[in-house]
Amino acid sequence: MNIHEYQAKTLFQHYGIPVSENGVARTPEKAFFLAQAIQKPGISFVVKAQIHAGGRGKAGGVRIVRTPEEVRSVSEALLGQKLVTPQTGKDGRVVNRCLIEHATEIEKEYYAGLLLDRSSGELCLVTSSSGGMAIEAIAEKHPEKIIKHLFSVKERLSEEKALEVASTLSGDENEKKAIARILIAMVKIFLELDASLIEINPLGRTKTGEVIAVDAKIQFDDNALYRHPEIEALRDASQEDPREKEAQDQGLSYVGLEGNIGCIVNGAGLAMATMDMIRLAGGEPANFLDVGGNATKDQVKAAFEIILKDPHVKVILVNIFGGILHCDVVAAGILEAAEEIQVKVPLVVRLEGTRAGEGRDILGKSSLRIQTASSFQEAAEKAVKAL
Amino acid sequence: MSILVDQNTKVLVQGITGKHGAFHTERMLRYGTEIVGGVTPGKGGSRFLNVPVFDTMKEAVRMTQAGVSVIYVPAVHAPSALYEAAEAGVRLIVCITEGIPVLEMARFKEWAKEENVQWVGPNCPGIITPGECKIGIMPGEIHTRGPIGVISRSGTLTYEAVWQLTHCGLGQSTCVGIGGDPIGGFGFVDLLARFQDDPETKAVVLIGEIGGTQEEEAARFIREKMSKPVVAFVAGLNAPEGRRMGHAGAIITGGTGRAKSKIECFRDHGVVIAENPALIGETMKKIYREQYGEQES
Repeated sequence: MNIHEYQAKTLFQHYGIPVSENGVARTPEKAFFLAQAIQKPGISFVVKAQIHAGGRGKAGGVRIVRTPEEVRSVSEALLGQKLVTPQTGKDGRVVNRCLIEHATEIEKEYYAGLLLDRSSGELCLVTSSSGGMAIEAIAEKHPEKIIKHLFSVKERLSEEKALEVASTLSGDENEKKAIARILIAMVKIFLELDASLIEINPLGRTKTGEVIAVDAKIQFDDNALYRHPEIEALRDASQEDPREKEAQDQGLSYVGLEGNIGCIVNGAGLAMATMDMIRLAGGEPANFLDVGGNATKDQVKAAFEIILKDPHVKVILVNIFGGILHCDVVAAGILEAAEEIQVKVPLVVRLEGTRAGEGRDILGKSSLRIQTASSFQEAAEKAVKAL
Repeated sequence: MSILVDQNTKVLVQGITGKHGAFHTERMLRYGTEIVGGVTPGKGGSRFLNVPVFDTMKEAVRMTQAGVSVIYVPAVHAPSALYEAAEAGVRLIVCITEGIPVLEMARFKEWAKEENVQWVGPNCPGIITPGECKIGIMPGEIHTRGPIGVISRSGTLTYEAVWQLTHCGLGQSTCVGIGGDPIGGFGFVDLLARFQDDPETKAVVLIGEIGGTQEEEAARFIREKMSKPVVAFVAGLNAPEGRRMGHAGAIITGGTGRAKSKIECFRDHGVVIAENPALIGETMKKIYREQYGEQES
C-alpha cells in the first residue's frame, strides 16, 4: 500500500527524521492560511500536489512561490485536477490535497532508499551522492555512483555501520552523524511498521548545514497491514483505480490495461502468460485478472462485471487451469454471469485440469454462443479472430 | 530416483483440520502420499481422515518419525508453524500458505540458515514426484512419471507446463513450485543443483516471472555447472511497469527484473527459451530429442 508524501513526512517527524516545516491543505483557503501561519521573512513556499505517483515535478505538480496569495492560486489550480506523470498511466491521478512547506535552499542532493533484498533475504540500503530527479538515469549510466549495503534483519543497522555508509556520502563529521541518524531511523520505521520501501530522494543538505528529507516515499507490505491498523487508516481510496479496488474487495486481482481482449485467468503466472499469448496471436490484452485458486461462482460473475465496465473490451477470453479451482464451478459462473449481466461480446473459453470435462459439458449444453478451445494457443487465436 | 520426496517420504500436515488442510489432505492421501499424521493444537489424540492428530509438531515427529511437513495454516499463524516444524526436526518444510508478511519470512530465512533448515515456499503449489508422493495443492492427474524436472515460481502456469509435457510424451521426475513471494526457501539454483545430481532427471523446465534476480542467477549456474539441458519460460513480457500483478513477487522495480532482460540473460548464457507459453512442452521435446535422440523417455 502506498501513502502520500505528507503522511510519510509525519511518520518521519515522529521517528526523528528532519523535514521542512509543513502542513497539508484540501482547499485553496486552507492553503493560504497555512502559508500565513508558517510564513517567515525571506523564505518562499513549495506547493506539492499529493498523489500516489512519482514524477510530479516534471508534470507541474511541484511549484515554488513567494507569497501566501500565490500559494492559494497555485493550490486552486492543482486541487481537483488530474495530474499525469510517467508513473500514473494516461488517466493520471486526482489531486485532493496539497502539501505546503518552506522552500529550503538545498546545496547538495543525496539519495537514500531502503528495501528487502530478495536473494539474501537481508535489508538493502541503497545510497548515492547524486540524488535528485535524475536518479534513474544515474543508476543506468553511472551504476558505480549507486552503493548498496546489505545487513541482516536481526542485526539492524548499527551506529558504526550507519556512519560507515554516511561517510560514502559526506566527509563532514557533523553531516555524517546527521545522515547516520536518518538511516537508522529509516531502518526502525521499516522494521516496526512492515514497510516494503522507504525512499528519500532527495535527501538534502541545506545552506545552514542541516540534512533534511526533501521528499518522502513509503510503501507498506499489504500482507502485514492486518497488524498495523494505524497504517491501514492512511489508505486513500481516491488514488486507486476503482476497478482494481472493486476487484480487491471481491478477492480478485485486477489491473486495467489498454487493449480490447478482456482476460479471466486463475493464477498470476498463467494470467501473465495469457497476456503474452494474446500479444503473440496479434491481439492486445485489456486487463490482467487473476480469480485466484479458490474462486466461487460469485467471484467468476464479479470478474465478468468488472471486465465489462471497460468499454474497450470487445471479446472475453477465459483461461482456467483447474487445480484447487474446479472447472465446473467456473463454467456455472460463466453461464450465470452471461444470463444476469447479459454478456454481449463474444466469449472464448478454455478449461483444463480438475473437472474440465464436466465444465465443458455445462458450457456445451447452454444455448449461449460460447467458443471453446482445447489449448491455450487456440483460445488466444480464437479471441483475436472474434474481434 | 527423484529429488526431495519419494514413496518413502513420511509427511505431517500442519493445519490438517482447517478448510484447506482437510481438502488437500484427502487429495494427497488419494494420490498415495504417506500422510502419517496431522497437527492442530487442541485436537491432539483424535483422528481426522483416519490420520492421527497431534497437539504439537514435536510430539508428532516423535511418534511418527516423519521427515517432511506441509503447512496449510492461515498466514497469521504460519510463521510460528514454520519455527515449530524446524525445531521438531523435520528435514524439509513445504509452506503452502499465502499472504505472510515479508519481514516474517526474512526473519525466518535468517534463522533457518543458521539452523540449516530446508524449506520450500511460502505461497507455493508444493512438490510432486509423480506416482509416488504429492505434497501440496497441484492436480495430481496431469502428471506422469519421466525424465523432466520442473521448477517454477508460479502455480497454475506450472500445471499448464506439466500438462504440455505430459501431452508431448515427456513425464516428470519431480516438480517443485518454489512460490511467488519475494523471500522464500529453496530457489532456482538450489534445485537446479539437485536435478543435475539426480540420475533420473535428464532435462529441466524452468518457469520464471518478472521481479527479482533468481532467473539471472539460474542462468549463470546453468552455464557453469549444468550438463543437462534446460528450457526456460519467463512470464510477464507484457506486464506494465511498476505495477503489482497479484503476486507479491511479481513486481518490477527500477528497471531490473523485467521479463525481457531475464530472457536475454538466459539466451546469453546458452539457455533455450520457450518464447510461446503454449509451446513449453514442444520446445522441451525438440531439445530432448536433439540431446538424447529418439530413445524412449
